[in-house]
Amino acid sequence: MSKRYLMRRVFNCAALSGSLLCAVFGIFFLFWILKDVFSSGIGAMDMAFFTELPSPPGVAGGGLANAIWGTVLITGMATVIGVPAGILAGTYLSEYGRKKRFASVVRFLCDILVSAPSIVIGIFVYAVLVKPFKGFSAVAGALALAIIMLPVVVRTAEEMLKLVPDATREAALALGAPHWKVTLQVVYRGAFRGIITGVMLAVARISGETAPLLFTSFNNAFWNSNITEPTASLTVTIFNYAMGPYDDWHAKAWGGAFIITFTVLFINILSRLLLRGRTGS
Amino acid sequence: MNDNNNHNDKIIIKGLNFYYGSKQALYNVTIAVKENEVTALIGPSGCGKTTFLRCLNRMHDLYAGNRYEGEIILDNANILDKGLDLIKLRSKIGMVFQKPTPFPMSVFDNIAFGLKLNGISKKSELAALVEKALKDSALWDEIKDRLNESALSLSGGQQQRLCIARAIAVQPDVILMDEPCSALDPVATAKIEDMMTELKRNYTVVIVTHNMQQAARVSEWTGFFMMGEVKEFDKTQKIFTTPSNQMTEDYITGRFG
Ligand SMILES: Nc1ncnc2c1ncn2[C@@H]1O[C@H](COP(=O)(O)OP(=O)(O)O)[C@@H](O)[C@H]1O
Ligand SMILES: [Mg+2]
Repeated sequence: MSKRYLMRRVFNCAALSGSLLCAVFGIFFLFWILKDVFSSGIGAMDMAFFTELPSPPGVAGGGLANAIWGTVLITGMATVIGVPAGILAGTYLSEYGRKKRFASVVRFLCDILVSAPSIVIGIFVYAVLVKPFKGFSAVAGALALAIIMLPVVVRTAEEMLKLVPDATREAALALGAPHWKVTLQVVYRGAFRGIITGVMLAVARISGETAPLLFTSFNNAFWNSNITEPTASLTVTIFNYAMGPYDDWHAKAWGGAFIITFTVLFINILSRLLLRGRTGS
Repeated sequence: MNDNNNHNDKIIIKGLNFYYGSKQALYNVTIAVKENEVTALIGPSGCGKTTFLRCLNRMHDLYAGNRYEGEIILDNANILDKGLDLIKLRSKIGMVFQKPTPFPMSVFDNIAFGLKLNGISKKSELAALVEKALKDSALWDEIKDRLNESALSLSGGQQQRLCIARAIAVQPDVILMDEPCSALDPVATAKIEDMMTELKRNYTVVIVTHNMQQAARVSEWTGFFMMGEVKEFDKTQKIFTTPSNQMTEDYITGRFG
């Protein structure tokens, strides 16, 4: 008896320290990255970084204003395309499709799309949009990012909608409400926070993408407000500057990494807080 | 049966069979639900009480493969007719579920939801009707200061009474209740039973209950279900004093179930 108890304690102790070690391993690298990005990037933060265009190669000074704006523009357009489509598809899966065959096919395709390498999606948009229209553009970049975020939004929207109990839907229908009204006024309200959280995480995910943008929005050294022209983005700029020969470029690349990393971190923390608020009420 | 009351038949169920896919759950149910009285449905779990109740507002239509046979006559029309307007039917027949089903919105909006469905949109009118529904369900004094709080923050008993208030706010003809007190403590249960006595002045009530005393206390009529059949349907007093079916007697005296 006591031997079995001892074994159990030993086993418990081993499992505990094993998982603790793994957690520390992960956290260690996360903090290492955060620390490096912070200490190397913070130095690049000045007013010019946010307001000025890049200076000519090799000339110190200037900023990444166009790339920051480009990232906001491309991510924003991707969100405008991807989020409504994703929420509607998630609504179909949860409220209408349920056990239908078509719904399970859609689910399966979403799961495949989630794990598709983002560079493949970039090349796809290159083939269908960039090449035929003979030009890189913010629209093409946004489309690639929208495709990347779409399956994530679809599945989280579905999951969050499914968390609303069926009894709640039945109760609304039993009052004589039509199906669409139940979805719009009851189910969406119950799932609102969860869906917003999912959307935020999806936005965070796409705002760090580089590979698909290389094939779609490409880059631009100047201000550009035309969404059918090549457009700079932070991630592509980081990629170019980090590969470049100049110290000033390296500092700027760190600055860009700093902005993206901490924005994504901020979005993640914010969505956590939102979800916590939900369980609290 | 020559009973000495003059209540009309509100719903007449004739030869009702119900199937979940290929599985038959109700067999030839034939009873009449009297207007402005409480009809209680009792019987061991799994005997088909919920299934029967959900036939009365065609709730089974939500799920594919369910099938009805027979007739359910409400106001001279068979509600099992294919072309029936379910939205109209359900606005005439309210339902309260076993577990409270508050909507994820404020207390006020919970009740206003049904009212708005009926085309009431003026703020003052909504406020007046919400207040009336909450007073009718004896909830007003308890929560009149919490109308803007989430309904999910109310206690279980309050949530259930809110659901009843929500159901009566739209003034249906009939209210169906599926074990409305089974998730509640005795105090909350007593409050809901008190309400029931008030409710039958204006509504026809059909209540499923596991609790024999509750059936005896609140209802005029009782139906005893077993294995998808109505074994006995009669005045509550008769059922609880001199049941004519041996199985009914065994059940209400607690010999099984
Ligand atoms: N959705 C369903 N699909 C198939 N069978 C069901 C379903 N719901 C209930 N049943 C079956 O129908 C019978 C009656 O169930 P129910 O009406 O819930 O009983 P009660 O409410 O009296 O406890 C049971 O045998 C149950 O297993
Ligand atoms: Mg039941």
